[in-house]
Amino acid sequence: MSFHPNDVARRARTASFITAGIIGLLVAAFFRTQVLDQARYALQSEENRLREVPLPAPRGIIYDRNGLIIAENVPGYSVSILSPSADSLRTSLERLTGTISLSKGDIEIALRRYRRAPNRPTVVLSDAKFDVVSVLEEHRVEFPGLIIQAAPKRFYPDSSAVASIVGYTGEITEDELKKPAYQSYKSGQQVGKGGLERFYEPQLRGREGTRFVEVDARGRVVREAGARQDIAPLGAEPLQTNIDLKLQEFVANIFGDSLQGGVVALDPFTGGVLALYSAPSFNPNRFVGGIPADYWRELTTDPRHPLYNKAIQGTYPPGSTWKLATAVLGLESGQVSMKQHMPTPCTGGYQYFNRYFKCWDHRGHGNLDLQGAIEKSCDVYFYQLGLTLGLEKLIAGGVSLKFRERTDIDLPSETRPIFPDAIRYYDERYGPRRWTRAVTLNLSIGQGENDQTVVNMARFYTALATDGRAAQPMIVKGNPKRERIFSLSPDQMEGLRTALAGVVAEGGTAAASRINGVILAGKTGSAQNAQDPTRDHAWFVGFAPADNPKIVVAVMLEFGLHGSRAARIASAIIAQYLHQQTASLIQTEG
Amino acid sequence: MRRFVGDWPLFGIALALSLYGLATVYSAGQTDVKTVATFAWRAQTVWIILAIIGCFIATRASVRMLDWLTLPMYALTILLLAATLAGFGCGAGTAASTKSWICLGSHRIGQPSELAKVTVVLMLARVLSAKKDPPKTLAELWKPALVVGIPWLMIMLQPDLGTGLAFIGIFFGMLFWAGVSWPLLLLIASPVVSLIGAVNVYVWGAWFIILIALVYRYRPYLGEGIVLVVANFVMGVLAPVLWDRLQPYQQKRLLTYLDPSADARGSGYHVIQSIVAIGSGGWFGKGYTLGTQKRLAFLPAQHTDFIFSVVGEELGFIGVTLALSLFLLLLLRTIRIAARANESFSSLIAIGLAASWFVHMLINVGMTLSLMPITGIPLPFFSYGGSFMLASWLAVGILMRIASEGRGGRADGFAI
Repeated sequence: MSFHPNDVARRARTASFITAGIIGLLVAAFFRTQVLDQARYALQSEENRLREVPLPAPRGIIYDRNGLIIAENVPGYSVSILSPSADSLRTSLERLTGTISLSKGDIEIALRRYRRAPNRPTVVLSDAKFDVVSVLEEHRVEFPGLIIQAAPKRFYPDSSAVASIVGYTGEITEDELKKPAYQSYKSGQQVGKGGLERFYEPQLRGREGTRFVEVDARGRVVREAGARQDIAPLGAEPLQTNIDLKLQEFVANIFGDSLQGGVVALDPFTGGVLALYSAPSFNPNRFVGGIPADYWRELTTDPRHPLYNKAIQGTYPPGSTWKLATAVLGLESGQVSMKQHMPTPCTGGYQYFNRYFKCWDHRGHGNLDLQGAIEKSCDVYFYQLGLTLGLEKLIAGGVSLKFRERTDIDLPSETRPIFPDAIRYYDERYGPRRWTRAVTLNLSIGQGENDQTVVNMARFYTALATDGRAAQPMIVKGNPKRERIFSLSPDQMEGLRTALAGVVAEGGTAAASRINGVILAGKTGSAQNAQDPTRDHAWFVGFAPADNPKIVVAVMLEFGLHGSRAARIASAIIAQYLHQQTASLIQTEG
Repeated sequence: MRRFVGDWPLFGIALALSLYGLATVYSAGQTDVKTVATFAWRAQTVWIILAIIGCFIATRASVRMLDWLTLPMYALTILLLAATLAGFGCGAGTAASTKSWICLGSHRIGQPSELAKVTVVLMLARVLSAKKDPPKTLAELWKPALVVGIPWLMIMLQPDLGTGLAFIGIFFGMLFWAGVSWPLLLLIASPVVSLIGAVNVYVWGAWFIILIALVYRYRPYLGEGIVLVVANFVMGVLAPVLWDRLQPYQQKRLLTYLDPSADARGSGYHVIQSIVAIGSGGWFGKGYTLGTQKRLAFLPAQHTDFIFSVVGEELGFIGVTLALSLFLLLLLRTIRIAARANESFSSLIAIGLAASWFVHMLINVGMTLSLMPITGIPLPFFSYGGSFMLASWLAVGILMRIASEGRGGRADGFAI
């Protein structure tokens, strides 16, 4: 080989240069990774080792107007598993089936949850019984990623009595997770599913905390706490409602198991909901932590539809309770007064061109003024009053009295009532010239194209009970919202109230529902039942005391046959409320 | 008895690297769940002590004696490598399916390939120093090629891609030192360049034109020229076509055959975790023994192949730079020894050992950042393991002896 010292020195320089150059490149590569990209990799390494275990926040407690508890939280446990892969989770779950009962479906659900959020613990049991928890604690070593977590659990002390108001909570579904309203939610979290729980979800939710556990490459939990500062959960503020829990329980007791229908009781001046009930009800406590399949089947197959809120979702022809709307429109337009008679006295029916419209009492009511017509609920009088007003005015008036609008009560899924918006409505529904002005007669007595919710009828009567201003029904305490829907003179208002009081007085349609010492004002109604024409729905909407109203009650009794039955329930509710509130008043008036 | 003048800077650098490595092996054992690495530092301490003793014994062997030992040792190496292939081989650790260890029954005796790294250097030095002029044509290179080629082929059959790569590094390093011209080195390397360039047809095309130009300029014999061009053509054009015709599982099987440790737990997982570990270290690291990637077992083979990731994670860029600087010093010192050796044989030995360390360091460190393929090659003085520690320190001993006999040393005052 060429081994001249000069050659060797030159080669040594070259070799040193190449060596230093390549090591320099290595140093540069490390500089880029460690210094320039450090933040990215530091984050990745933290994600590698830390798993966030959610610490559920206690939901806000819901109180009634007297500080009684409607919804609270009790200690519960959730069981979840941290897993490095879906396969590993499946294995863990299959081994868990030896200790707790998990079906194939449960395992598939857990795997779906895992795939959506692989770094969060996968919830296996969101509400574990204490004995299950203690068994799992014993075998903890066998399940390295197992996390048993104290989780506050929703509890409704009055269970089915308050179900129509509060709804219930449950685990968030996949469909809900896709909605923008739930974008800050994560799989496995509890969320309000109905009633106040859903309507006030943002207020009731609180802020979830986080516990950081350290895991190794195989997903074993190495450190339970202290890997990073925990973030404490933040409980939500309590929710103060207008509900009178004692009255609510009373309503639930009246209905018992046999009756079905809906009740709304309002404070006439504030719109505060004192009670709201739909019968039959359900037990919301059984929904918490996952509803048992058999109970769900029982509820969904029950022909009485317990999950359907008859106070805000059900719509029924308002029947005679709506005659007050016709009366108000007549008085407001000046085309009738309380003492005015109609041209044709009631002989048990009314001939309108080629059709004969019956009065509910085939014996006839004779010649009545408006007050008498309200007391006796005379159809013939209101046919004529409706014709006097004319269909256009009747429809426009109904719209301005808000019979086409939701009450905007603070509950989800309120149904919008059905009422025509204009003459056009009939053209569209039946076709032009396929209908006659005879619809006016039906409309004026609360039949026809008119289906109202219980809560909307209650709202209308808050205006009758006060000064023509309707109050928006509100369950949660807040600023009352009232809106004038008609203007009548104090004399006219007085006249209407006297007439309504006459309904419950001797000779009225609900005479049997008198309360000793209290002047009760209200109107009965029977609504034609589309399902079964022989069994009408029974209505009563009223308020008391008539001269100084404290409560408005709307009762709708499905298959109740006659309004007087609904009136008996309403008067019992009113008596109970007034007894609770103003025992002294009853005595002085007595 | 006359005095031996050791190259104490070289010894000091090697000792510093070994202690740095030992500290890292200790840290690599500090995991949340005990692993095989937990007590590796104890064995490593023993190995370092034994290796340093071995180093001093090696300093007693004169270059003349090495010259005399070269042929028998080379023959022994070939024999042992043949034995691994003939049924006495077994695997270990992540490379359990390979046959790089000599085994009697269930006892692992050692890795002949570690011995081969030294004996091939000696044999190659002997062959290259035998002639006065460096090889000028491809034909003249047949002897050195054979010296490296035989053990290389046997190691690739084990298979051990990492050691195979080290041999290629040694081969080129020593040819360069022997004075083989750049164009010739380039021509020898050309088929490999073609293979790498084959991923992109334009890159390969450009390279092929350069190659033709080189062949024309350099004017090798006709036969050589044809062989070169054909070899490049085959590598660049046929290899990708053949590769594409393979089923994915066949491709994977071929890759796994070349390097079994590469895809032990899902391809890429190891190296990604290694990069995360290094990158999260930042300037100063997470603190000695405190690396979370290591502690929680995200790092693979953290006490052997991926030991440098531990350095990166726990001691940061500063620690990495310190380690690489020590390696640079080691290599520059070795090149200096090679340049000052008093004859070509010992000079070539020195450069061969330097090349071997350099390739190991480059591939191992490069692998932790995914700059190099994952081949399961150890980091000199750092990785846990007895054979390689011993071999590295024997090399230090040989280098000290060469330094002592060369300029700057006092060879005249030294004899056995």
